[in-house]
Amino acid sequence: MSLKKISKEQPEKFEFNQQSLEAAKKILSNYPKGKEKSAVMALLYIAQRQNNNWIPLSAIKYIAKFLNMPYIKVYEVATFYSMYNLSPVGNFHVQICTTTPCMIRGAYKIVDVCKKKISEKENVLSENGNCSWTEVECLGACINAPMMQINNDYYEDLDIKQSEKIIDELLMGKKPKPGSYRGRINSEPENNRKTLLDLKNA
Amino acid sequence: MLKDEDRIFKNLYNDLGADLNSSKKRGDWTNTKDLCEKGRDWIIDEIKKSELRGRGGAGFPTGLKWSFAPKEVGSRPHYLVINADESEPGTCKDRDILRFEPHKLLEGCLIAAYAVNSHKCYIYLRGEYYNEGIELQKAIDEAYKDNLIGKNASGTGWDLDIYIHYGAGAYICGEETALLESIEGNKGQPRLKPPFPALVGLYGCPTIVNNVETVSVVPTILRKGSKWFASLGKPKNTGTKIFCISGNVNKPCNVEEEMGVPLKDLIETHAGGVVGGWENLQAVIPGGSSMPLLNKEISEKITMDFDSLVENKSGLGTAGIVVINKDQDIIKCFARIARFYKHESCGQCTPCREGSGWMWRILERMAKGEASREEVEMLFDVTKQIEGHTICAFGEGSAWPVQGLLRNFKKEIIKRNNFDPLIKSNKDIPYLVDQHLLEKDNAQNKS
Ligand SMILES: Cc1cc2nc3c(=O)[nH]c(=O)nc-3n(C[C@H](O)[C@H](O)[C@H](O)COP(=O)(O)O)c2cc1C
Ligand code: SF4
Ligand code: FES
Repeated sequence: MSLKKISKEQPEKFEFNQQSLEAAKKILSNYPKGKEKSAVMALLYIAQRQNNNWIPLSAIKYIAKFLNMPYIKVYEVATFYSMYNLSPVGNFHVQICTTTPCMIRGAYKIVDVCKKKISEKENVLSENGNCSWTEVECLGACINAPMMQINNDYYEDLDIKQSEKIIDELLMGKKPKPGSYRGRINSEPENNRKTLLDLKNA
Repeated sequence: MLKDEDRIFKNLYNDLGADLNSSKKRGDWTNTKDLCEKGRDWIIDEIKKSELRGRGGAGFPTGLKWSFAPKEVGSRPHYLVINADESEPGTCKDRDILRFEPHKLLEGCLIAAYAVNSHKCYIYLRGEYYNEGIELQKAIDEAYKDNLIGKNASGTGWDLDIYIHYGAGAYICGEETALLESIEGNKGQPRLKPPFPALVGLYGCPTIVNNVETVSVVPTILRKGSKWFASLGKPKNTGTKIFCISGNVNKPCNVEEEMGVPLKDLIETHAGGVVGGWENLQAVIPGGSSMPLLNKEISEKITMDFDSLVENKSGLGTAGIVVINKDQDIIKCFARIARFYKHESCGQCTPCREGSGWMWRILERMAKGEASREEVEMLFDVTKQIEGHTICAFGEGSAWPVQGLLRNFKKEIIKRNNFDPLIKSNKDIPYLVDQHLLEKDNAQNKS
């Protein structure tokens, strides 16, 4: 169960715009008739995308009505899963994995970089308002540790210098290039791998 | 070392491209129709003979699981659900299948769905794998366009629809019944078993849940024959497996190897050795964070397969190998793992919800040298109160790593925490007592 801070400032109204509405209808057709409730996770994502990457309570109400579900059931889902933001985050939301495999390769040094450059505390916006950071659990890229996720992209094989550069760019409103920062290709062992040799650069 | 021709995932490093054309060139989708025409019984029998065991962590025989699906479709439709939640710390193999070999997965889905009589397949993808989801959706669209899936999929006469369902960052949704709850639109809290999903699963219908890697190797097994697959590895531990080698190694990587490969080979040959040399090795987590650690002596000679690891009080799990060298504080490493479990417990069983927090807090104090000598036994006791007393295997997953630590590094812990508790006179204080009760005045009143 993740800890959730629900924003004190809430917009009064929320409604899907045309684009969201179409996306929502398309998702509904993925599930059998009568099981529309299955779409609740996807609809929360759609709301989050439409609303600057966070979900206000009015959106939870709206989705409950949309799917004919009790409000509390949607609220439960929104609070259970860690990827739903219930208060505003920066345009660039930096999530640093600090679980053991990343920790032992220096993840907390990257946390320090974020503390220094973005904000002292997690989930607090940077001074210019466009960045926030948080610690997360294993993101399933452990062989590219230490790593972080910024919005939808993974930034891998990091060190202090590289992450400082990445954060600096973010603060200037630019999106740095995702992927490995040691220039290696995907999950292949660096320098003379021992397998699938005849395929290499085939 | 496994011969390259025996590797199933030729595009593990994306030398060849993940698109449909490139995938077909390496053999995907070539004779799916012929394979299916041999019939359900043949498919299930071949998979049984290949002795394929699930790659998602539990190692359950796949053919046997499929045979649990009712033979005939009754009033309730059947479902196939693919577990792509991959969140076990140390594991990142499914990610590379999803982005580089998606067609192996999709072809496997068709064959598996055909074998268990399902027309609908949901792939439950962890929400963070956004880009992998885009790649996978691309592959699904290609497959629909080429009539490989959809109506009369691949000319088999069977209809199959495949959908992606995105998770949203909850480790527990990897547990198969929590995953089903999550697809149904609920909090991801596991169900009590039985009934097992094969009979009562998604929407109360018969459902087969399999890991991405399990399903992705199926087409190759059927093509090359169960004999070929069973000839690799050891009896009951057959075939190939993707190992993820992370932590303090020089070249962390994913590699496909034969089951039963020596752990030392994986670390030295493929992952470039332990940082600081083999002598600098402290411990290895062999199968994702839930599996108890191996000490250096065992790591030296262990082979990586289900049964060898169980014999050594651990498990193959997901084959996510985390190498920890002597530069690390081993107690801190496991305190962090305990924090992971505390964070991810779904909260419905008291021993798990409360126990995971207790283990975390005690370990944090132990790392700082602030725990008393007696708390070492207490910690072990907490793990025993969790293990076997919960709805799902998360309980074991959180207790086992701590037990492994205590088994192997007890001396170290005691050395660092070698003092008597605040109140010696009263040893029977239950530890689920508020801290303030342990403090001087109160304690004296009780003794
Ligand atoms: C806490 C917990 C987490 C799990 N996480 C995953 C996971 O991320 N991916 C996965 O494939 N299986 C996971 N499993 C195992 C599944 O419950 C299930 O056994 C597996 O998906 C079955 O597929 P298989 O037989 O092909 O291995 C997890 C189990 C537990 C208890
Ligand atoms: S063992 Fe833990 S994760 Fe599993 S059902 Fe119980 S509380 Fe939830
Ligand atoms: S531990 Fe960081 S990605 Fe797995």
